[in-house]
Amino acid sequence: MALPTYASTGQRVWHYTFRTICGLILFYLIAPLLVVIPLSFNAQDFFTFTPEMLRLDPAGYSLQHYRDFFTNPDWQGPLWNSLAIAPVATLIAVALGTLAAVGLSQGHVPFKRAIMAILISPMIVPLIISAAGMYFFYSRIGLQGTYWGVVLAHAALGIPFVIITVTATLVGFDKSLTRAAASLGAGPMRTFWKVQMPLILPGVVSGALFAFITSFDEVVVVLFMGAAGQKTLPWQMFTGLREQISPTILAAATVLIAVSVLLLGTLELLRRRSERLRGLSPA
Amino acid sequence: MADATITGGLPTGREARPASPEPMLAADGTLLRASLARSLRRQKARALLLIAPLLLFILVTFVLPIGDMLFRSVENAIVPETLPRTVAALRDDPAEVPGEAVFDALYTDLVVAEEYKIHTQLGTRLNYEFGGASSLFRGAGRHVGKFDTDVYADQFGDANPAFADPGRWAAWMADDAVRAALPQTTDAYDAWAKFTVDVHGDDPAEEDLGDFVYAALYRDLAAGAQPPGLPSVDVSGFEAVSLKQQFVDDDEGWGEPEIWTTLRTFSPRFTAGYYLNAVDLKIGPQGIELREGSDRIYIQLFIRTLILSVTITATCILLGYPVAFLLASLPMRSANLLMILVLLPFWTSLLVRTSAWKVLLQQQGVINDLLVWAGVLSDSGRLVMINNQTGTIIAMTHILLPFMILPLYSVMKGIPPSYVRAAKSLGANDWTAFWRVYFPQSVPGIGAGSILVFILAIGYYITPELVGGTKGVFISNRIAYHISDSLNWGLAAALGTILLAVVLLLYWAYDRLVGIDNVKLGG
Amino acid sequence: MTITKLLGSAALALLPMAGGALAQEAGTELPPCDNCSDSMVIMSWGGAYQNSQLKAYVEPYEALTGITVTWDESSNEAIAKLRAAQEAGNMPFDLVDVEGPDSQRACDEGLAVEIDADEALAPGDDGSKPSDDFGDSLINDCYIPQIYFSTTFGYRTDVAEWNGQTPDDICDIFDTETFPGKRSLQSSPKKNLEWALICDGVPAEDVYDVLDEDGGVERALAKLDTIKGDVIWWTAGAETPQLLADKEVVMGSTYNGRLFSVIAEQKQPVAMLWDYQNFDFDGWIVPAGLDEARMNRTMHFLRFATDTQRLADQAKYIAYGPARASSQPLVSTHADLGIEMAPYMPTNPENMKNYLVNNIEWWADHQDEVEATFQNWLAQ
Repeated sequence: MALPTYASTGQRVWHYTFRTICGLILFYLIAPLLVVIPLSFNAQDFFTFTPEMLRLDPAGYSLQHYRDFFTNPDWQGPLWNSLAIAPVATLIAVALGTLAAVGLSQGHVPFKRAIMAILISPMIVPLIISAAGMYFFYSRIGLQGTYWGVVLAHAALGIPFVIITVTATLVGFDKSLTRAAASLGAGPMRTFWKVQMPLILPGVVSGALFAFITSFDEVVVVLFMGAAGQKTLPWQMFTGLREQISPTILAAATVLIAVSVLLLGTLELLRRRSERLRGLSPA
Repeated sequence: MADATITGGLPTGREARPASPEPMLAADGTLLRASLARSLRRQKARALLLIAPLLLFILVTFVLPIGDMLFRSVENAIVPETLPRTVAALRDDPAEVPGEAVFDALYTDLVVAEEYKIHTQLGTRLNYEFGGASSLFRGAGRHVGKFDTDVYADQFGDANPAFADPGRWAAWMADDAVRAALPQTTDAYDAWAKFTVDVHGDDPAEEDLGDFVYAALYRDLAAGAQPPGLPSVDVSGFEAVSLKQQFVDDDEGWGEPEIWTTLRTFSPRFTAGYYLNAVDLKIGPQGIELREGSDRIYIQLFIRTLILSVTITATCILLGYPVAFLLASLPMRSANLLMILVLLPFWTSLLVRTSAWKVLLQQQGVINDLLVWAGVLSDSGRLVMINNQTGTIIAMTHILLPFMILPLYSVMKGIPPSYVRAAKSLGANDWTAFWRVYFPQSVPGIGAGSILVFILAIGYYITPELVGGTKGVFISNRIAYHISDSLNWGLAAALGTILLAVVLLLYWAYDRLVGIDNVKLGG
Repeated sequence: MTITKLLGSAALALLPMAGGALAQEAGTELPPCDNCSDSMVIMSWGGAYQNSQLKAYVEPYEALTGITVTWDESSNEAIAKLRAAQEAGNMPFDLVDVEGPDSQRACDEGLAVEIDADEALAPGDDGSKPSDDFGDSLINDCYIPQIYFSTTFGYRTDVAEWNGQTPDDICDIFDTETFPGKRSLQSSPKKNLEWALICDGVPAEDVYDVLDEDGGVERALAKLDTIKGDVIWWTAGAETPQLLADKEVVMGSTYNGRLFSVIAEQKQPVAMLWDYQNFDFDGWIVPAGLDEARMNRTMHFLRFATDTQRLADQAKYIAYGPARASSQPLVSTHADLGIEMAPYMPTNPENMKNYLVNNIEWWADHQDEVEATFQNWLAQ
């Protein structure tokens, strides 16, 4: 949308006004994250920029909140719990989700629309309702307050993301490839692992990333479903936010932002790779 | 492979047209139609087999729990299970305040319930319908053991020592003829024997019987029962105790019609009471009526939830449209760069973003500090932007904005620029070209984004809880409150079901409009 | 009310130990625990209070036995959590810390087991029987109290708009003319209704009678209505200290020990308003449904954590009075700050000119209905 040379003054003014407005909106999107990062290095227990910080005086900055985050059992316990729950939930979601997505992509599936609607529903149903239902039901069957209760709940929440991403990669999948493999004598399993899997792998991995982040960030369901032994990082942050904003929360937040950046980067690389492989974008 | 069979027989699709009257044969010589049907069946079966594990998993871990919630919203077994005798007796007694028979049943029920410590839960349950029921049941539970009914045990013991012997009782109660002759006594004795074993772990043949068993025996005998094998005793001279009087002396509430109306209304195993409560109604003596003014909160809360969600959706459109427009019109490389600014918050933990807003919006927070520092505000005139609706709207718009921008962007990407150019070349000015040509084509994007944002907003819990104060909270917060604080799980389930119905309606609309399989995640 | 007698004697007991030295470490000869689980989950309140429990008896116990303790900071939802766990048939907690009225509810509902204090607890170090040593604080058969605390107010001392005046009367909370600014109150009817009635002219001794009358609760709510717009409602004890420190509120109610942390440890410009402080107990209940090994561990810990010395130790970390009479002479100075704790104790005669004792039975009976009315009022 470059401004043409013949643009009138009014068009020029509007062009720059519009860009300024967009800039402000994008700033609104990103500013909260940017504010958290420097504040997490605050040498004091405040949540505003101290005069020392504004002067860029090194004395105003410190790593003490990070030290607290990485040594205090109040934070380390939840961190390890999160790391124990999210990968297992992801594994379940990816294994079952990929299989189902492959099944769904095959031409003639009866009740496809209804099945799809059910499989996607954990993403659409408000979390508080999922949490309430699971809390009631898992209480009945003795899973409430257990590690597996939380893992199963999180796996269910992550599945729609796996379905969506894997189905999306399968849409562009060239069926003649599996036929070729079959005509060359490969069995269905071999065809799947050798031909289909490598091509849909980017979709599977990004689905896995989504499922992971869903579990890793999830707080509502775990708040109801979990017991002290399953306290996750977001839970600890929620408790902290409700009770008192200790600056350690900001350190934890910064660590989580770093994790998001890492995951987002991976996802972007995967997307490019996938597009290149499928010849959708010029290399 | 099924595919191979077909293609083996028919090199290309075009030649498959029925050209000759002879039936088509597949390569293996079977009828083509049958072969096709078989292969189709096999394909369907294989697809379903692949889907089945996940479908089963989702059904068990997710759909069943939601179903359980629906069940809880109407289930009401606690009343008939805790007070079975009272519920049965009430059926035969239409009086506003029932007579002795009902109080006799209530006495037995409460003594038993107190042993199992379930009477307080019933009190809590009935208190949702009638404020005061909880203290009524708690008080009665505490005092029911000290009622004057001990006179029966004494009088029977004095009349014949056999009545004070648990061993004899055990023998009588094993005799079917005695059981048939003494229905109330049998019922009371069985209940007593059961909790003596269950709760105390004692042998009923060795423990002194509860007063309520003697009260039941008195009633049976006073009604003219003639049990074989029991020592004969004339109860006409016995001092009788009015249990109705005992209850009313303990708490006048038992002598007033409210508790009885409530008990009658909630005797069935299923109830619409929670749903009525969820829309500020109740069942009164004259049928369904509006709750009292101070108890009418849910309609108001639903409306507030809707208004806030609409506001948030509207601000998301307002802020998301220009950004999506910019992204769609920029060259790929710069668009991708700016897209990161949209995707990063999208990928960042909800709690990180909420804590950021808490830090920013506080009265001593970054924004107020900046405004004071810049001289816009005086130190005493700091803005209140948190713990109210403003806080909720600002923070939730931020959190949901990417969900508006992404679908808008993908729709706008698909609008060919040539249309706008054509409009301009036909003499339209910038605004007309945008409004008459570009904007109508972007409406599906607005629709998709709006429904998505609205669905997500209407069920939010965490952010309003942390920045919403009391005025900026949603129906979800109330559901959470009923689950973990007030323990009114039935009402929580009813409110949740109503919310779920609204969301599913929107989900259905979204499916019709966009198609669920077209949901895209992060471009 | 007999609790008042206990409080009175506690106040007297606090006086002579101004120079009281730290008593020697007791409990080193801990009896072995046979057939006991090797971990515990304890539900408590989080924040400064949980920290005092951690320092006074959980850390020493962990050091002596090598077991691990996990905390669950959900005591303000204790009854709900216990009920859900009971329905699930899977009790995740080994020991639960609750206020007096909640212990009554848990006991009534069979969520907690009954405990024979004389059998389960250690005798006082003066040789007294536990049931005598705890005395009236054993308010029901399930409850082993640790401390009594009061809910009271803190206010900022640097509010310019107050023109140098400071609130010294409970009714100053309702005086937004003289003392403008936001207040924080607990999002619960308990205590708020009592204060509202007192400031509506009801004599303190008649408060529960008035609440019992028709319209009594409404009268209290009407009084609270006059400041509703100026109130931030809290659910966790740590919120008011934080709101005061952040200048989000100018005054607010919380547990007195939390205010001690703000004033003495964080050195914030905050002072306490003791007028009509409201006393209550905090203590342990043992959830029903533990298997034998876990029950053995819990009772072993309970015996350790409630002995005379440990309860006195807790007061070195937070300004709450130990529930055992024999512990009271041992309360001295703060463990880290070396501050004399007596002035911060709710039982200090200076602080006890006017006070209320939470009527535990009334609240256990009426909590359901009053809570519902209150929450509806709040939501409007």
